[in-house]
Amino acid sequence: MTKRLLSVASLMLVMLLINPAWAQDAPEVDRTATGGAQTLEDIMARQQQMKVDERFRSENTGNPANAAPTTDQLGSRGGVSDAENWRGIRYNETDIRTQSRGPAANVLIQDGGMPWYKLREGPVIRYGGGALLGLIVLLLVFYLVRGKIMIEGGPAGTTIERFKAIERFGHWLLAGSFIALGLTGLLTLMGRSFLIPVLGPEVFATLAAGSKWLHNNIAWAFMLGLVMTFIMWVTHNIPNKLDWQWIKVGGGIFTKSHPHAKKFNAGQKVVFWTVMLLGASVSLSGLSLLFPFQIPMFSDTFGFVNSVLGTSLPTNLTPHEEMQYANLWHSIVAFVMMLAIIAHIYIGTVGMEGAYDAMGNGQVDLEWARQHHDLWVAEVEAKQGKGDSSS
Amino acid sequence: MKVMISAFVAALVIAYTAPAVLNQFGWSSADQTSAESVRLD
Repeated sequence: MTKRLLSVASLMLVMLLINPAWAQDAPEVDRTATGGAQTLEDIMARQQQMKVDERFRSENTGNPANAAPTTDQLGSRGGVSDAENWRGIRYNETDIRTQSRGPAANVLIQDGGMPWYKLREGPVIRYGGGALLGLIVLLLVFYLVRGKIMIEGGPAGTTIERFKAIERFGHWLLAGSFIALGLTGLLTLMGRSFLIPVLGPEVFATLAAGSKWLHNNIAWAFMLGLVMTFIMWVTHNIPNKLDWQWIKVGGGIFTKSHPHAKKFNAGQKVVFWTVMLLGASVSLSGLSLLFPFQIPMFSDTFGFVNSVLGTSLPTNLTPHEEMQYANLWHSIVAFVMMLAIIAHIYIGTVGMEGAYDAMGNGQVDLEWARQHHDLWVAEVEAKQGKGDSSS
Repeated sequence: MKVMISAFVAALVIAYTAPAVLNQFGWSSADQTSAESVRLD
């Protein structure tokens, strides 16, 4: 029951995050007094965060057949008025020609900017930042209640090689770059709200420029680390029946039991696939942001989602809207990854005795290995012959 | 510990060399400026 409630709450949170227009529809407005143009009621409805049906103006971009003859007074512009021209430009109904040949040069107005800005400065920071702080507090409470998970009966004093140097190199390349990306990403996202009031705009400008440089360039190390760890560990992370047994007892974290596990247990597999799938997604949206307007992804993605789920996500996006969606997606996915990694860092360091050694020097205590990865130890011993493990 | 530090150094080396490598492959952030793309003739 609790799991169901949590699932519903998570789904609602996701829906709130991805749906900026979670607003009540504005009531019908009589626009005869303005000749069909915007009224005070429309403006007031927007101020009250209501959803206004924009068709009264998005579809009112001029009809040459209704135009006053050019010989008449005020008829010199022909088919459409200035206002109709600008509406046509705003709603992407006019064929724009500009002398500039830069990317997105023929988009003169795109009004997705404000909803993007408000979502980025509001719910993304509020829920994302809140979730990070909430998890840190939760882990602190968990540590105080459960304490450090110790090796039962104490360490054996003999060690077994858990990860080779190349595996640890890939892990730390991924981990180090991810921490740098996380910190610089948070600084970029939240600096305007939280750091400028403390540091002042001059100091923050220098910090932000440095963060941007590091974020943009260390991303390649992250992608390399992601590929390396995927290649090295994917075969060990394919789910099997054993994982279900591990999940059913929650890894033995509360029952203090030790379910069977091979090289990676179900919890580690969850972390692996979270990092791989979200890492690939955050890399793709990052590349889209790194090469502005060159790699649009959301029109096609929304089109695919619409065809599968029957939704009506927008598919006619301006280049800027593509960037805005990429930016929001990049932030949201990064927050989810940060949550998973904070939990991973906890259990790999202060949460469990002996766990850090696996990535520290690659050698873990044999008793620790037997308690947490018994089947893997058996496999290694079968390969090497008993008593042949390094000490 | 040595492996961890060498991975961190490698990450920084990759970051430092990335702009030059991208430039070699024909992509430079300078190309994205409007200086040459905006013409009045």
